[in-house]
Amino acid sequence: MLIKHKHSWHETENSVTDESAYLSRRTIIGGLAAAGVAATAPMALAQKNRVLAPLAARPTAYQSSESLTPEAAITQYNNYYEFGTGKGDPFENAWRLQPKPWTIQVDGLVDKPGTYSLEDLVDFNALEDRIYRLRCVEAWSMVVPWIGVPLASVLKKIQPQSGAKYVRFETLADTKQMPGLRWPVLDWPYVEGLRMDEAMNDLALLAVGLYGKEIPNQNGAPVRLVVPWKYGFKSIKSIVRISLTDREPRTSWNVSAPREYGFYSNVNPEVDHPRWSQKRERRIGEFGRRETLKFNGYGEMVADMYAGMDLSAKY
Amino acid sequence: MVASTSISNTQLRTYGKPLVFLLMLIPAAWLVWNWWLALQYQPNGLGFNPQETSNRFTGDWALRFLLLSLAVSPLAKILKSPKPILFRRMIGLFAFFYVCLHLTSYVWLDMLFDWAELWADVLKRIYITVGMAAFVLLIPLAITSTQGWIKRLGARNWQRLHKSVYAVGVLAVVHFIMMRKGFQIEPLIYAGILAGLLSFRVQAVLSKRLRNQGSTRAKMPSRRVSAP
Repeated sequence: MLIKHKHSWHETENSVTDESAYLSRRTIIGGLAAAGVAATAPMALAQKNRVLAPLAARPTAYQSSESLTPEAAITQYNNYYEFGTGKGDPFENAWRLQPKPWTIQVDGLVDKPGTYSLEDLVDFNALEDRIYRLRCVEAWSMVVPWIGVPLASVLKKIQPQSGAKYVRFETLADTKQMPGLRWPVLDWPYVEGLRMDEAMNDLALLAVGLYGKEIPNQNGAPVRLVVPWKYGFKSIKSIVRISLTDREPRTSWNVSAPREYGFYSNVNPEVDHPRWSQKRERRIGEFGRRETLKFNGYGEMVADMYAGMDLSAKY
Repeated sequence: MVASTSISNTQLRTYGKPLVFLLMLIPAAWLVWNWWLALQYQPNGLGFNPQETSNRFTGDWALRFLLLSLAVSPLAKILKSPKPILFRRMIGLFAFFYVCLHLTSYVWLDMLFDWAELWADVLKRIYITVGMAAFVLLIPLAITSTQGWIKRLGARNWQRLHKSVYAVGVLAVVHFIMMRKGFQIEPLIYAGILAGLLSFRVQAVLSKRLRNQGSTRAKMPSRRVSAP
């Protein structure tokens, strides 16, 4: 069954209800921002809209008592430089992306390399609802209801060899679909990576959905990584290649500015960043700022992996 | 408007200046209006991160008016009319006004008056250090922008002091380039405009020097210059 709205990226009536609940919790700015968008929506863009089908997913223990960031904010305030460097650019430009059909190249130290269709790698009958905090390195944050499968379940299918120590991911880089590629903001294609134990951690999610539906293009359709204990840029979008390697992948932001962005990039208020103090963050929709939690509050599940590591050196 | 020679200086003072004043007030009015809407939960143009929007908006306009103020003298030369100079002080003061708004946005909306963190930012984050230096350098220029100060300092000293606006321009553009992540075009466009304005200035200085040298030579012809 398809739920149709005029513009697939615009908020549904659902999210409007969400909004009032959100406001009633005394949060100040978010509501008005969403209201602002609602007002401008009719004149907005959306050349060819993809209808986002609802996705059935089972609830998990990954829930949250925090209020969800409104869907409008999650889908219209994005960093996705392949579609432009402005926060609103992805929402405006991502209609060019063709997420179906989608194939992913699997190579490197795996027993089952090859070109897979998305459906072969991600079991759409085993989707999970997971609410995660998302902390951007720019010191803002959101609370996002993702739908997806553990990355580990996908890695099991492609069978990493014993020598594999890292997973390397690559984003699509097609100039026809991604106008932002005209500018050499980064060395395209976008590359991210995880250490093997990080990739196998149960928190690491491959998301295919958002707010009960397929994931919108600007959020990384049709499949993206979500690693909530790391800064947002580690959660690579629109993945077209997964490689298992024995060497630390050269990740895009690390190559662009090694002093600013390390390979690990774990959320850490104690490790200062040359650009932004990481002590606090602005939750989108709130006026003030809240304290940033180490590992974005997921320390219980991930801190062990970094025992004995100097986190200020391996930032 | 400025280009036309049929407009008298008096007309420019009576009608032109108030008009330009109102025009340059528009961005500030837009910002205040939208915050007013935002605080009443009305639809507004500030987006999902109003603090970030305010920082960028005020910074953009500060830089635009700063570059505009630098463009006044070249424009007067190109038009061969001193009339644009009538507007230079106002544009410069508006640049300072938007710099103040920029700083207010950062200190209030962004830092929420956390002075300790603010100071740490100024010391640690070079792009903020650079921006702050530009602001500090602008203060004496804003203060001495009055007729009284021109008299007090003497035209020559006053001019010398106000040349530091070029340094402010360079610092402001560097601040913008550093603030953006990765390799981005937009700040480089501002850098290009500034470079154009600076080269115009350098050219003017050089040709003036050459002319001066030429005239000295004319008065005291060198013996080594001998006609065949």
